[in-house]
Amino acid sequence: MPVRVTIKDYLFESHLFMQRSVQALIFAAVLIAALIGRLVYLQVLAHEHYITLSDDNRIKILPLPPNRGLIFDRNGLILADNLPSYRLELTLEQIHDIDATLDALSRLVNIRDVDRKRFKKLRQRTPVFKPVALRFHLSDDEVARFAINRHRFPGVDIVAGLSRHYPHGPLAVHALGYVGRIDERDLQRIDASDYSGTTHIGKVGIERTYEDVLHGTVGYRQVETNAEGRILRTLVRTPPVPGENLYLTLDAELQSVAEQAFEGKAGAAIAIDPSNGDILAFVSQPTYDPNLFVNGIDTETYQALRDDDEQPLFNRALRGQYPPGSTLKPFVALGGLERGIINEHAHTYCPGFYRLPGKARKYRDWKRSGHGTVELNTAIAQSCDVYFYDLALSMGIDRLHSALSLFGFGERTGIDIIGELPGLLPSRQWKRAARNLPWFPGETLITGIGQGFMLTTPVQLASATATLSEYGRRFKPHIVASTQQYDDIELTPVPVEPLVDTPIEDLHHWTSVITAMREVVHGKRGTARKIGKDSEFEFAGKTGTAQVFGLKQEEKYEADKLAKELHDHSLFIAFAPIDKPRIAVAVVIEHGGSGSAVAAPIARIILDQYLVEKRS
Amino acid sequence: MSTILDTSREDASKRDWQHILHFDAALLFGLLAISALGLFVLYSSAGGDNQLVARQIVRLGIAFGGMVVVAQLRPQWLQRWTPWLYGLGLTLLIAVLVVGDVGKGAQRWLDLGFVRFQPSEMMKLAVPMMVAWYLSDKRLPPTYPRLLIAGALIVAPVLLIAVQPDLGTSLLIASAGFFVLFLAGLSWKLLGGLGLLATAGAPLLWHFMHDYQRQRVITFLDPEQDPLGTGYHIIQSKIAIGSGGLFGKGWLNGTQAHLEFLPERSTDFIFAVLGEEFGLFGIGVIVVIYSFIIVRSLYIAAQAQDTYGRLLGGSLAMTFFIYFIVNTGMVTGLLPVVGLPLPLVSYGGTSMVTLMAGFGILMSIHTHRKLLAT
Repeated sequence: MPVRVTIKDYLFESHLFMQRSVQALIFAAVLIAALIGRLVYLQVLAHEHYITLSDDNRIKILPLPPNRGLIFDRNGLILADNLPSYRLELTLEQIHDIDATLDALSRLVNIRDVDRKRFKKLRQRTPVFKPVALRFHLSDDEVARFAINRHRFPGVDIVAGLSRHYPHGPLAVHALGYVGRIDERDLQRIDASDYSGTTHIGKVGIERTYEDVLHGTVGYRQVETNAEGRILRTLVRTPPVPGENLYLTLDAELQSVAEQAFEGKAGAAIAIDPSNGDILAFVSQPTYDPNLFVNGIDTETYQALRDDDEQPLFNRALRGQYPPGSTLKPFVALGGLERGIINEHAHTYCPGFYRLPGKARKYRDWKRSGHGTVELNTAIAQSCDVYFYDLALSMGIDRLHSALSLFGFGERTGIDIIGELPGLLPSRQWKRAARNLPWFPGETLITGIGQGFMLTTPVQLASATATLSEYGRRFKPHIVASTQQYDDIELTPVPVEPLVDTPIEDLHHWTSVITAMREVVHGKRGTARKIGKDSEFEFAGKTGTAQVFGLKQEEKYEADKLAKELHDHSLFIAFAPIDKPRIAVAVVIEHGGSGSAVAAPIARIILDQYLVEKRS
Repeated sequence: MSTILDTSREDASKRDWQHILHFDAALLFGLLAISALGLFVLYSSAGGDNQLVARQIVRLGIAFGGMVVVAQLRPQWLQRWTPWLYGLGLTLLIAVLVVGDVGKGAQRWLDLGFVRFQPSEMMKLAVPMMVAWYLSDKRLPPTYPRLLIAGALIVAPVLLIAVQPDLGTSLLIASAGFFVLFLAGLSWKLLGGLGLLATAGAPLLWHFMHDYQRQRVITFLDPEQDPLGTGYHIIQSKIAIGSGGLFGKGWLNGTQAHLEFLPERSTDFIFAVLGEEFGLFGIGVIVVIYSFIIVRSLYIAAQAQDTYGRLLGGSLAMTFFIYFIVNTGMVTGLLPVVGLPLPLVSYGGTSMVTLMAGFGILMSIHTHRKLLAT
């Protein structure tokens, strides 16, 4: 084998190189073809897909929440408004060390433990990319201090907004209600898209009932953003339509006077304009400050309110169900008259107790010594129980039930505040259904004096009183008088809803009952004569002292020896002026004692305020 | 006068000035065309940052100047100095590992006091030069022992750069060295063997990878897995290109680019801006010009009169191609994200100077040929 000399064969090497160059070119061509193929896929075949992604990338729809409508009283006094407020928001995903940030922030703005706790609570139910509020209502100083340190806090922002504010605090809170942060339960009953951008919603009261009107219509801003979400420009803007303002039938001044008249006692008072069903005052005592709830109440304060023995959160006017006691007597009397069971001159002897024929059990009169011989006028004026035991027995439960139901007892009045309870007007059918027991005659007796199973709400009682004063004309009680578009000075009245009137057999029967009610206040022996003494106007009323528990035979009611919650409820209904009534009231003081001593003076204050003070 | 010339006799006069200035007009035209188009795209992606465009123009000027200077150097001179250049480069690579500055999390820079310098850039030229120098000494195709040595000449700097770590550059240098071997006639059998070895060695490579490099591979395989993290680049650049369609959204109208969805849009991902604003059509134009440059460069290499020139020229041409295909493959989601710029278009300095110096060498090879009589 010859030794191979490594001499360069230029021609061979040139040829080899050419060959390899061509191979390299083919290699390059294949890869470039793959690239082109890829580009054709991306830019032609999947083009539509990527165009969509690209548009999604840059166009965002931002909601523009509407301003909530304001709430005014009947005289234009503002009860719920929106205050400009600055809140401090943290977007969690942009913050590395939350605790360190909170500590650093607390050197600039006042962050209380309550704020931290609420923040902790809120952040648990907020997705990390959404801002969580730490503080509300920053002061101008705090805003300024944060602004100059803004760069130190990525993910922390001051957001200007409007915050619901109740300038009179607890005034009429049980009517107004309040707004609070939208929670999961709220989300179930609203169309979430209507609420994009809105953080608060009416939780109770008018705020809740008229949520649709107050909320307004959400607007949108279509914006182009960069990848960081920073807005570059607005493409389309659909402005929000602010919610409508509400003008209430409520008279804030009257409301305030009425609330003060309670002097801290627990109870409720409703004042109605009998001529149209306008709610003039809606009192439930004690109250609370709705402003506490707007931005999330802290647990301690809430627990304190919830566990308070006086139950300030309880809407007594709407949901308190009390035995009407003697305040029911005028209605029972009218039922008896209209049905021809009695006439106004019929006498009944009251020995201080009543017995069912053939029975030993004594049904006592509140006056142990008895009222002697009474007829309609004295029976009502002095609130003789025996007279009404007898009348009730003569009527029987069925007629009693139908007579009382004509005044709306036992059913919701339909007032435009959510959450009303119906009270209870007992009947045979009800007892069979609810207790699976027959109706006993004794139960008819005590129903006749507004005791036993009978329960009414203060709203119901006031509405029935208004109906009585108007000779059977009935209106659905309502608290919103009119609405107002944000850009309109004109008010749109909310139509008054007449209900089926209570039928009249004989107008004279009504006059007799009303005259008797006048005697309650202005008569020499009227149970509420104390409050009628120096009145500038004449009015009709009826006291009521409702037992919370049944006394045993021969047992004596002694308030001093009873626990507070067993004390009698004190009630009073009234309306004035008698000939052309402008106001009807029902007052209930829980465990207040006698109606004449406690509830009646409060009713008088309300009537005075509305009929006398108003004029001057 | 009879010559083995590439060009026809008609443009003899033109060839004259090309020879005097040591230019290759065709190559120069292609490079200028790419650079000019690149500036348009950069102007758009810079989004009003005119200073950035101005700096790029200055860099292009320097790079083209560098090309002209290198073109004047005779290939024989380059060949003589090749081992020294390679030796210096290797020394500096070791130095950079010991005393180098850390920039962007990787140790690449060497501060010489007056200038910060990346020795790995130098090796992009020094490695193919060295391998070509070594192989051209003896007849081709190289014997196995010589291949082994040539392989060692490539692997040493590649490893040194890979540990900096600079995956993109080490890959580029490896491919530059590889193409010298390939063009020198590396047998397909051996190539296949190496391919198998590489496949088998992949898990081993994985083991030595940095976390962020592994992440890139994972992201490449499944970008949707981390859409806001490492996959974000790929997803956004695909959206940019795909939404460009056939004719693009128009110059300066790329929403992806201008609304800052596209990261690295002036540097590594500028190809996506091109795709978004000029569409498949615009990309087609660029691809044609790049292909022209590659073909022309390979042609120049084929025309070289000695093995050194041929191997070096061919390798430089193919390295340019690798630059192009790796960048575009990365931006279109075909390849993992390795930090390689789109040559002559991406904003950035050092690599462009090296690249143009490479074209200077090609022009030198082409214009310093002796006219041989047949």
